[in-house]
Amino acid sequence: MKVLVPVKEVATVEDEFEIDGTTIDERYLGADLNEWDDYAIEEAVQLEEDGVVDEVVTVTIGNEETEQTIRQALAKGADRAIRVWDDALEDVDLLDVGAKVAILEAVVEAEDPDLVLTGVQSGDDSFGATGVALAEAVGYQWGAVVNQLDLEGETASVHRELEGGIEELTEIDVPAVLTIQTGINEPRYASLRGIRMAQRKELDHQTLADLGVEADAVAGDLRLTAMYEPESESDTTVFEGGADETAAQLADLLREKGVAQ
Amino acid sequence: MSDILAVAEHRQGELRDVSREVVTAGAELAGETGGDLHVAVVGGDVETFADALNLEGVDTVHTVAYGEEFNHDVYTQAITQLADALEPAYLVMPNSVNGLDYAPAVATRLDVPLVTDAVGLATEGDTLVGTREMYGGKVETTTEVDADQVAITIRGAEWEPTEAAGDATVEAFDADIDEDAIGSTVTGFEEVAGGDVDISEADLLVSIGRGIEEEENLDLIRELVEALDATLSSSRPIVDAGWLPANRQVGQSGKVVTPDVYIAIGISGAVQHVAGMKGSETIVAINTDPNAPIMDIADYAIHDDLFDVVPALIEQFS
Repeated sequence: MKVLVPVKEVATVEDEFEIDGTTIDERYLGADLNEWDDYAIEEAVQLEEDGVVDEVVTVTIGNEETEQTIRQALAKGADRAIRVWDDALEDVDLLDVGAKVAILEAVVEAEDPDLVLTGVQSGDDSFGATGVALAEAVGYQWGAVVNQLDLEGETASVHRELEGGIEELTEIDVPAVLTIQTGINEPRYASLRGIRMAQRKELDHQTLADLGVEADAVAGDLRLTAMYEPESESDTTVFEGGADETAAQLADLLREKGVAQ
Repeated sequence: MSDILAVAEHRQGELRDVSREVVTAGAELAGETGGDLHVAVVGGDVETFADALNLEGVDTVHTVAYGEEFNHDVYTQAITQLADALEPAYLVMPNSVNGLDYAPAVATRLDVPLVTDAVGLATEGDTLVGTREMYGGKVETTTEVDADQVAITIRGAEWEPTEAAGDATVEAFDADIDEDAIGSTVTGFEEVAGGDVDISEADLLVSIGRGIEEEENLDLIRELVEALDATLSSSRPIVDAGWLPANRQVGQSGKVVTPDVYIAIGISGAVQHVAGMKGSETIVAINTDPNAPIMDIADYAIHDDLFDVVPALIEQFS
């Protein structure tokens, strides 16, 4: 059984930042493995360690700079990685769900995995839709926001985390795409040995032509036309001074509100 | 094509709040396009739901009497068929856990663009202008789409629920559900662990987030909780890490709390968290980041390191 894990490198933003047009000025940007995908990788690797799965393959849409993040996934136990990048993607400022699916669909067709595990959402653009849209495109079953997974034969028994502390128990036919919620497991840190081994694992770069994807399929339908800092909705009273002073002011407030003595 | 199709949501016999919110968002769009507002409800006691969805601004409620609880295959088939029949310009669905389990499939099956988690919607001619957040709420963006049909999911609690009654027509829609294409079965629901404490009953909550960095630092927080005679709660990452049990989690997937005072310590204020605590009477945020989203809803704030402020606060009550 093979698991494909779409892994994204997300942009992280410093506390203080400036906006430059429709992007954040790159001086304030960092990069990291998408938190939700970290849990998806861990879930796949655990399935392999349990002997249920034979191979864990990651796929990342990203330029050469994302290889460090991809190596992280390999260091955590994925067996090999595919990186998709192409000149046609250089100028796309917002890769929307349809564009991502056009690429990932081709990868699924080439790899023919039994299971696709990916994060519920990404920390930067937060569409939260790629997994389910991909499932529909490739004709797989799916489950969104999964926080427990038991795989038995052709069925995935999952818990889906609904709102308000309720979980839905669902049986899903495999092959399937499951979007993984944080907290489903405890993602491991890459060991030194894992990091060393990751350097020797296969990381295959593919272009759109390699995958048979037309360049115009990744242009997307959504245009990012403005980016700005949200307006603060409340009049916040900021306690000023050192920690002793601010703590004293807060203590007065708590006594005034009658919730502390 | 200028009509709107909004999709209701229900669970265990109850229409969920977001159903009245998709009506509001749909009615606003219909007001701009001059089209009709259609509302769909799939499964469960559709007649009762249709009565409840007969709200101001709704022209027609379409009922699909198939199944009891949510099933994404049934929803995807029913909504896609309704969209084919009605040809709406915009489909408005909830950005809920279940919304995210069918809306992307609907968009893919209809081969239309998808704008998720919208917090604002407007039209300019044939262009849809959606407002979305990125980077965990640090920035807002404007996203434009030109297409004959667009699928949209809206964030909960961003639109006022429509409460006023309407005079809609109710029509049964005879969806042709292909049972062979149903590959998922809901077998039940479980309530996440109760336990010793009900945080939703507390008057004073001390709530911690990622900012406490290490599990060992819980000791310091517990000392504060004891000094204040408060109740300890947390944001999601603390529960994900296994430092506190699930019954302590505030937020969309945890508990909704409304204490007199909510002290958020090292919590950035992700939207899912804010959904669970914004009803608190007074919100105090302690965070080094003055731009953290939590600051947008805080009544009082300390822009400082919690490891300096918390010991000083303990001192005040010793």
